[in-house]
Amino acid sequence: MRAARTSVVAAISALTTITAVAGCAEKSDAKDSDAVQVTASDDTCEVSKTSFPAGHVKLAVENKGSKVTEVYVYAPGDRIVTERENIGPHTKTTINAEVKAGSYEIACKPGMKGHGIRQKVSATGKGKVAKRDPRLDKAVAAYRTYAQTQADETLPAVEKFTDAIKKGDLKAAKKAYAPSRIGWERTEPVAESFGDIDPKVDVREDGLEKGQKWTGWHRLEKSLWQDKKITAADKDLADLLVKDLKDWQKRVGTAEITPTGMANGAKELLDEVQTGKVTGEEERYSHTDLVDFKANVEGAETSYTLLRPVASQRKPALTKTLDKEFKAVDKLLDGYREGDGFVSYDTVSKADRKKLSDAVNALAEPLSQLAAAVVVVKK
Amino acid sequence: MTDDAVTSPSRRALIGWGGAGLALGAAAAGGTAVALGGGDGDTTRTVADSGAAVPFYGAHQAGIATAVQDRLHFAAFDVTTDDRDALIAMLKEWTKAAARMTQGHSVGGGAVSDLAEAPPDDTGEALGLKASRLTLTIGFGPGLFEDKKGKDRFGLAGRRPEGLIDLPAFPGDNLDAARSDGDLCVQACADDPQVAVHAIRNLARIGMGTVAIRWSQLGFGKTSSTTPEAQTPRNMMGFKDGTRNIPGTDEAALKKHVWVGGKAGPDWLVGGSYLVARRIRMHIETWDRTSLKEQEDIFGRDKGEGAPYGKQRERDEPNLKAMLPDAHVRLAHPDSNGGARLLRRGYSFTDGTDGLGRLDAGLFFLAYQHDVRDGFVTVQRNLARQDALNEYIQHVGSALFAVPPGVRDKDDWWGRALFS
Repeated sequence: MRAARTSVVAAISALTTITAVAGCAEKSDAKDSDAVQVTASDDTCEVSKTSFPAGHVKLAVENKGSKVTEVYVYAPGDRIVTERENIGPHTKTTINAEVKAGSYEIACKPGMKGHGIRQKVSATGKGKVAKRDPRLDKAVAAYRTYAQTQADETLPAVEKFTDAIKKGDLKAAKKAYAPSRIGWERTEPVAESFGDIDPKVDVREDGLEKGQKWTGWHRLEKSLWQDKKITAADKDLADLLVKDLKDWQKRVGTAEITPTGMANGAKELLDEVQTGKVTGEEERYSHTDLVDFKANVEGAETSYTLLRPVASQRKPALTKTLDKEFKAVDKLLDGYREGDGFVSYDTVSKADRKKLSDAVNALAEPLSQLAAAVVVVKK
Repeated sequence: MTDDAVTSPSRRALIGWGGAGLALGAAAAGGTAVALGGGDGDTTRTVADSGAAVPFYGAHQAGIATAVQDRLHFAAFDVTTDDRDALIAMLKEWTKAAARMTQGHSVGGGAVSDLAEAPPDDTGEALGLKASRLTLTIGFGPGLFEDKKGKDRFGLAGRRPEGLIDLPAFPGDNLDAARSDGDLCVQACADDPQVAVHAIRNLARIGMGTVAIRWSQLGFGKTSSTTPEAQTPRNMMGFKDGTRNIPGTDEAALKKHVWVGGKAGPDWLVGGSYLVARRIRMHIETWDRTSLKEQEDIFGRDKGEGAPYGKQRERDEPNLKAMLPDAHVRLAHPDSNGGARLLRRGYSFTDGTDGLGRLDAGLFFLAYQHDVRDGFVTVQRNLARQDALNEYIQHVGSALFAVPPGVRDKDDWWGRALFS
């Protein structure tokens, strides 16, 4: 949970700067002759031109295949600029989008699944777009896949939790609580970049603004551990949690993720650990802080691992230190494992909490240098 | 503090301060008021006001014989690594940063670098502040040589000085482990509290992954000065403290009582010292309702002038027999302790209140000596046993450090002789 703050991954700005206006054909001021013809079949995805001026772009899509298809426009790092689902066999449709100058990919997804058949295209124009190391684009795309997987896997885990609540099964709900949060905690910077979801699902009582209704995981946590009962209102909150998390799941693909955003996100996950988990504030009723702690570290480590090839070339001493410190934190956490989870945090002494805090500092301080290592281009 | 990386005018300013620092550093040892030349015309200011820099390099570390500054931030660190090379690398980084900060410069690439994606090397809160006579003094605790489990992590066990003992338990001690000991310490003294805190904060940051702060203490208001010509400061009990302290200019006394000599060794410590740190909590509220007569009896000096019992002036030679047998000054006097003298450099502290509405206040006692066994240990044994003051104080934190000699020049570093 985090109080209102500037988002790391800046998804909101992405959505405003590159507005996808899919489906608003009548608003198009692009002439039909300027449209990019996209011809999809069950195994091909042809485009009539691979270069077009930046600004308003119109895609004239025709599905000549036998399967229902989707067409996506991806910015580098697989950020979705616009998409159209459910394009039936032998139908036509038009997609409009606003694009800045730069490289994109148009993908057809026959059967509406998978990576899609892709064509590289570029939008030309004055807006100067810095050329990025292709390895970094790959890292961003892989991270997006990771974030999506975490969201996809969270939903069934959350439903297990909320089903138990709706059955009024206190014991089962308590057991399912911490595991339901792992995917969220691993990719929290992405989730938080959609400013409106975090306050609904992960807010703590002290983080509420005046007039804000307390919803989400921690409200339910309080019911289960503190109040020790499940009310009718809790059952409604359970449904709402699922609904809000489905919204998150759907939007992961549109998050603007950059290499520096990934690096800063990793550092911010460690900040979360230092300010919320080490202190035992995050899970004050359930004391499952170490589960979140581990998930935060795993998420940070994933970002780091994906950025490591570039970072190790530019700053080998830094990656050497980070390799060592990630290992040290992982090892320290392993000492607190119990069953398939971790010991209750209220059993961790102050002296041991200090050791955890010191280890997080030892990792987070060099991790704060990672963003500069993946972005700075030598002049 | 000036940020080297910013603009050329500030770099010029920095050269100016460097020059002033050298001149004032020399003056600071002897006097409290100096005339600033150059840009400041003929204005006469106190040393503290001048914001001068104290030279970092020298035979002894600064911050011991140096005229006591107004403020303190003292930090004890645990070494969290077993990697000797990592520790050495950090000590070198620390030395570099200390050399810069004490001269009024920012750390590393400055507080405002041209790299927007990375946090700046320096944390920035001392930007625009003067060097403020900042001194940074390092000490090595017993844990560096042998940890609590008896493990010699850095191959230093054989170099542990005989005098770096585990301090004995004294009657009345109520020591909190979380406020005691430490493998390393850094004493940061400055006339501006923000400069002292900035220094500790930046060293702690540089050290992350190698060391971690174990405890730290802020001090305001020196309780002992090393400048006898200046007014003797008062402690939280309202009494003058340190009237007969070793003056920073008394070379003979320093040599005899403070600096580790060639014979006492080990070699790496010659020119260094031993530092005892004790957090002494005062029962402020009960003290305040104690009659003046009793207060003066307890100390053996009068409260206003600070004169020893039976004498007129503060600096009159004390007649110990005129004081009660359990008077603090009598028991702490060298004549009652086989001639033991300490260079005291303590500070008053008030860490807010204790939850019962009582001030969490007292004296953060810092004392330098050439050997604690016939220094602090002798004196404290005497005091702990019978000092009338014990009713109003309690020792709650304790640490002992071997303080290496000074850093000679820019190729030298804190601990070089120990690790070489």
